[in-house]
Amino acid sequence: MYRMAVYNEPLLNGLPQIKDNTVDFELDGIPESLKRDKSPEIPDLDETQLIRHFFRLSQMNYGIENGMYPLGSCTMKYNPKISEEISRWEEFANIHPYQHFSTVQGTLRMMFELEEMLCKITGMDAFTLQPAAGAHGEFLGMLLTRAYHEFNGETQRQEVILPDTAHGTNPASAHMAGFTVIEIPSNSEGMVDVDTLDKVLSDKTACFMLTNPNTLGIFESNILEIAERVHDAGALLYYDGANLNAVMGKARPGDMGFDIVHLNLHKTFGTPHGGGGPGSGPVGVKKKLERFLPIPRVEKQGKQFILNYDFPNSVGKIKQFYGNIDVCLKAYVYILLMGGNGLKEASEVAVLNSNYMKKKLVDTGLYELPYKELRKHEFVLSCEKLKEKKGVRALDVTKRLLDYGFHPPTVYFPLIVKEALMIEPTECETKEDLDRYVEALVAIAEEDAEVVKEAPHKTVVKRVDETAAARNQVLTWKES
Amino acid sequence: MQLLYPDDMPFIPNLTFKEEMLKELGIKDIDELFSDVPNEIKISGLNLPQGLSQMEVENRLRKIAKKNLPFPKFLSFLGGGIKPHYIPATVRALLARSEFYTAYTPYQPEVSQGFLQAMFEYQSMIAELTGMDVANSSLYDDATALGEAMRMAYRITRKNTILIPDNISWEKKEVLKNYIKGAGLKIINVPYNDETGTIDTDYLTKNVSSDTAAIYVENPNYFGIFEENVLEIAEIAHRVGALFVVGIDPLTLGIVKSPGDYEADVVIGEGRALGMSMNFGGSSLGIFACKKEYLRQMPGRIIGLTHDSDGNRAFCMTLQTREQHIRRGKATSNICTNEGLCALAAVIYLSTIGSRGLVELGKRNLEMGKLFARKICSLPWFKMKFKGSHFNEFVVRSSQNVEYLNKELLEKGIQIGLNLEKHYPELENSILFGITELYKEEDIDRLLTAIKEVYYV
Repeated sequence: MYRMAVYNEPLLNGLPQIKDNTVDFELDGIPESLKRDKSPEIPDLDETQLIRHFFRLSQMNYGIENGMYPLGSCTMKYNPKISEEISRWEEFANIHPYQHFSTVQGTLRMMFELEEMLCKITGMDAFTLQPAAGAHGEFLGMLLTRAYHEFNGETQRQEVILPDTAHGTNPASAHMAGFTVIEIPSNSEGMVDVDTLDKVLSDKTACFMLTNPNTLGIFESNILEIAERVHDAGALLYYDGANLNAVMGKARPGDMGFDIVHLNLHKTFGTPHGGGGPGSGPVGVKKKLERFLPIPRVEKQGKQFILNYDFPNSVGKIKQFYGNIDVCLKAYVYILLMGGNGLKEASEVAVLNSNYMKKKLVDTGLYELPYKELRKHEFVLSCEKLKEKKGVRALDVTKRLLDYGFHPPTVYFPLIVKEALMIEPTECETKEDLDRYVEALVAIAEEDAEVVKEAPHKTVVKRVDETAAARNQVLTWKES
Repeated sequence: MQLLYPDDMPFIPNLTFKEEMLKELGIKDIDELFSDVPNEIKISGLNLPQGLSQMEVENRLRKIAKKNLPFPKFLSFLGGGIKPHYIPATVRALLARSEFYTAYTPYQPEVSQGFLQAMFEYQSMIAELTGMDVANSSLYDDATALGEAMRMAYRITRKNTILIPDNISWEKKEVLKNYIKGAGLKIINVPYNDETGTIDTDYLTKNVSSDTAAIYVENPNYFGIFEENVLEIAEIAHRVGALFVVGIDPLTLGIVKSPGDYEADVVIGEGRALGMSMNFGGSSLGIFACKKEYLRQMPGRIIGLTHDSDGNRAFCMTLQTREQHIRRGKATSNICTNEGLCALAAVIYLSTIGSRGLVELGKRNLEMGKLFARKICSLPWFKMKFKGSHFNEFVVRSSQNVEYLNKELLEKGIQIGLNLEKHYPELENSILFGITELYKEEDIDRLLTAIKEVYYV
């Protein structure tokens, strides 16, 4: 029976303060106008107390090592211990980004080889590791798009098109780069409607952004036709790599006609999400866009690896230094472990696991599967029936899943599915766990509706009032 | 089981049950699950080597690692906003708790109270240190934080010009340019006083206008100098209704006033020094804090205190209607994945050293900076470039060619500071040095001896 540890753990400033706080501020070397006259109010704690504090907090948190975590579009894989360990070696951790290149040949080689590996996996011609996350990669992709069209004298291309199934970051990134966003509706099969796309494509189109398979888990089978239409209109085709885990070793975005690709190393390549980050969002491009990539680029000159800043058409920089290189190192280790064969098996089994769960759940008749049947690594169910019959909403189902010791799927996304549950089991789960998860979802659908609507019951806190949080805006301990 | 044998596919347990599962799906071959992929683009596999065992991978990485020279084996005195610092064992131990590091963004607050509380505590500490009312739970780094701050200033003021000093990192300025391009903002570059190294306030006064969205000042600036005229600059900004945005180094905030004390509206900074390794410039911590009146325009995730259905204290992500997953194209920023674990490192670090430690750490860095500057300028070839008071980085002017010295010292396993001339052409033969609490006086002496050896041969 699943139970979470519960502590009434005070805030750090509510723990016993142990140090004398009188500090001498007689200092030379600080201008009078800037001198402090009292210490900042940071708690002074005993080490045992502070270790207990954070240890207890960790026990009130659910990670991938606690159990299944099938968040759709998030690819919550196991994070290999060996990657964590290697990334902490001092040779990788204690090097300065401006050290002379001859003293960092190991890391430069790793970066160079990782870029090569990502090219081979995606079918792109060149990569940069600079973006810190997927959305950051999208933003860079939009800057590259702009640079490309400006270079070609087509400054009128100010529109970015995307389907209504797109991740929220897509329109936000396009908007940040100054583009106007046009959203097109999906067709009855949950895919891009090529004719609708055709109608909005014009000489104003800068780019069409697409996730393939899309967020319904459906592979856009018309991708070659889509690519042709987009390119005929003089626009670029952008690949949101959040769902790459479905197709490694089976198909490559580069072969599908995509011009720009971003990947999420913290999804597809087994690096941890860190409770929100750091991630890494490398961007790959076709030859025609290479000259615009951020500086510096890692290059091999003879036997040496160097950082080259000499790219006059480069968009410049989107982050200080070279990217979240520690995260890149973990992904590099992961790819070495898996190999080309392992990555392909990972995608195959991720898709198998997803279709297996999907069939079991749909066969119960309790949950519906809008749009076409065959899915890739994830699938989206609707709880609409459950809502009509028992007043149980998708949100209630997710909260009740917590009581079964599982992390719930992504909920209410994509927006075109009512009462959506977006499930991505990944290749890391056993058949037994998939079965247990299915059983839990079945049990919840058949349970007393009130129990489900009041869930969760066994977690650290009961259902959290998020509306009150937004209304009261208590955001620091001073305000609490 | 995958330690020694590469033939075993790691981390894919269901390879064992594949046939059984295919049977339940009523299909014979796994390729049937990919029948929706057009044949023209189907591939038979990836052109990458076979997977290796964990032992083989570790051996290979050992070889690669040998080609890196880490601090302190390689003694570098590079500044540039990133330097080696002491990391307490508490930080490493607690960051290794996998309940924290393997979790996703806390979308399910009922099973994420631990991380949420830690982030609430992080926000509280950052608000306290910066003297702001609220802080978010991290952005990517200080450069992107600067970009976001300027976009935010535009949203608040609806004005189009920002004043950015020349005494900030050139990389940061490059990032900023990309962040503001889409918003149509225009940068006015503000020169620094050649004598003091601080921002030219006369130039600021002459160039602010009713079109100014924000003035940015870094304290200490890229050259390590404290900007002492911050109150005056705040006044210049506020006179025209512009925001006063301040960049900080958190290590100074035990001994230097909070920007809130000198009327800042938004505070940004790099938090890597709070418990993170250099990682070749990798994972960083973008600090972002502001006055509460600007809360709705603040980018990034914010954790709030609330209650559960029983009325018990609880935490959750809040004000999400500003964010991309709700607002899509109209969001305050596109940021989703942030640097959560780095923020966790910072809050553990700060609670380990406490207020007393932060003050002592500030003093130590200040004193090491002064000692180092004094010692290096005792050599006949160097003198201080600027007169302004500096923290743990500073610029010296060399009478000799910097690249030559750099090359000679490299062979002795030492790297002097950063040659500034390339990106700051006005600073000929100038070196940006950096030092921290982690260095010993002997390290400085080793450098001095090595320099003497180069010049006295």
